[in-house]
Amino acid sequence: MAESPNLRDIEEFLYHEARLLDEHRYDEWLDLYTDTATYWVPLERSQKDPYETSSLIFDDRKLMEARVRQFRHPRRHAQTPASRTCHMLGHIEPLDSGDDGAVRVRSNFILVEFRADRQFIYGGACEHRLVHSGAGYKIAAKRIDLVNSEGVLDGISILL
Amino acid sequence: MNSLNIPKFSDLIRPDRVHRALYTDPMLFELEMDRLFGRAWLVLGHESQVRAPGDFFTTRLARQPVLVTRDDGGAVRVLVNRCPHRGAVVCTEERGHTPHFQCGYHGWTFSCDGALKHVPMANAYPEDPRGLGLRLAPVPRVATYRGFIFASLAANGPGLLDFLGYMRTSFDDMVDRAPDGEIEVAGGVFKHAYDGNWKLMLENHNDTYHPAHVHASSIYAAKEQADDTPTTGAGEIAVRQMRQNGVPPDVWDGLGLWTAAYGHSLMGDYHDDKRLVAALKDPTFAAYRAALEKRHGPRRTDEILGVARFNTVVYPNCTFMSQFRQLRILHPITVDRTAVYTYSFRLKGAPPQMFRDTVAFANVVNGTGSPVLTDDLELYARVQQGLLTQANDWVYLGRGLGGDVPDREQTHRGNLGTSEIHIRNQFAAWAHYMSQAS
Repeated sequence: MAESPNLRDIEEFLYHEARLLDEHRYDEWLDLYTDTATYWVPLERSQKDPYETSSLIFDDRKLMEARVRQFRHPRRHAQTPASRTCHMLGHIEPLDSGDDGAVRVRSNFILVEFRADRQFIYGGACEHRLVHSGAGYKIAAKRIDLVNSEGVLDGISILL
Repeated sequence: MNSLNIPKFSDLIRPDRVHRALYTDPMLFELEMDRLFGRAWLVLGHESQVRAPGDFFTTRLARQPVLVTRDDGGAVRVLVNRCPHRGAVVCTEERGHTPHFQCGYHGWTFSCDGALKHVPMANAYPEDPRGLGLRLAPVPRVATYRGFIFASLAANGPGLLDFLGYMRTSFDDMVDRAPDGEIEVAGGVFKHAYDGNWKLMLENHNDTYHPAHVHASSIYAAKEQADDTPTTGAGEIAVRQMRQNGVPPDVWDGLGLWTAAYGHSLMGDYHDDKRLVAALKDPTFAAYRAALEKRHGPRRTDEILGVARFNTVVYPNCTFMSQFRQLRILHPITVDRTAVYTYSFRLKGAPPQMFRDTVAFANVVNGTGSPVLTDDLELYARVQQGLLTQANDWVYLGRGLGGDVPDREQTHRGNLGTSEIHIRNQFAAWAHYMSQAS
């Protein structure tokens, strides 16, 4: 049985991820993820998989890298000007840990985005699957369920 | 009419330009809802969304809430989603299955063909309301083509086949690609909105002049992406599609671009990536091809797969990608706000991998978080903002002007794939609808 995870370590790790996004430190953000990681924003409530049903975002390493590279391009129009964002995380709760030491963590979030004179608010629940890497964690999977994923949304050009 | 201060339409549309009011004037928008969306055939969905009696989905027709059902006799019905009693919307669910619809206000109950079945405490009425013709009103005209459901709010007008003209062949293309000869809506519905007039999307979908510029950043990001990066398969499809948008200008110019009566248009296809196009015989498609050949034989299979089209625009509310199994229905909200619902289709009888590819393709092309679509939406918003300027009243649409030539089945073809013939044609249809008073 793996040693039970330290809640404080997990909280700090998730806060760190949020901060990297809010500060547009996308390369460092990418470094938090494993090579086989997935970053998933389902379209449907309780969506079972990202292959048979579309997703607001479903990125593997290949598409995550491309997405991060796109931020740097001067003609990423939907990010010109770049969004300012603020992530608020709460209810951080480790769910279980597997024999491989991987930890599933649930959290709730509110994200405020401001761009081009408009403000958007996203909210929902996250599930991270964290694996041990050296002294800390890496993200093997992140799932973000927006409360309005099935509603009419403006284009999402940021990372949640 | 003059009391509404509507300018003459001939003052707003010239051979090579249109007035910005067509995108920005709220009064013209209201008139469009009446004269254009109130008359044209509008795409509502597909019969697979109401497969069995009692199946239903809700949507809008020219902003009005409607209910699409399969009635007990097996007919597709399009009913105004409004109680004939006091006016409440009767069904609030997006889709489902039910023996009847009951209004939440006073419990009036309707069968799936719209007939009023039950009125609680009916004895207080001097006459049984069921005898007064009170019901969920049917819309004036409903028709289907190859399983696609259309409706018109006008009792009179061209029949659906006349309306579609040559565009019907794109619906044929979509359905013919299914080994079992049938397709179905599957894989979820994206709903996105943009801060711009409804016309901007229709103009953009056959605009092959824009990808190199609007999509420069996703093309760059994909081209720079290492081929050996780990992928679930979904990112692979996305990166390939983003790269494909970076084909050189002569490819865009060389594409066919056809227009037809009533504002429709379709463009040829620009793909040469074997993993994205079944006709190019990548091994991934071997099982799919075999399934098609089993039904049709190799010659017909080549014919079916050889149809090379990207977008087809059915003016004024739908665009679709017959080859890539994507369909979008637009919903005008206000003069400067538009919602778009996008659907994927499963080819019945095709191997499971085909649908997984469709889902990945949908995500990158129509997804609300797509690195591609989001840049289109941003440009629609910029156009809408730019058109508020009073210093320049005109939108210039002269690209390829003078080069439009008559072509097969009453179509016209642009002299270049990047011609703006399709936009000029949309405004010709616009003027046709708008100049006829009710």
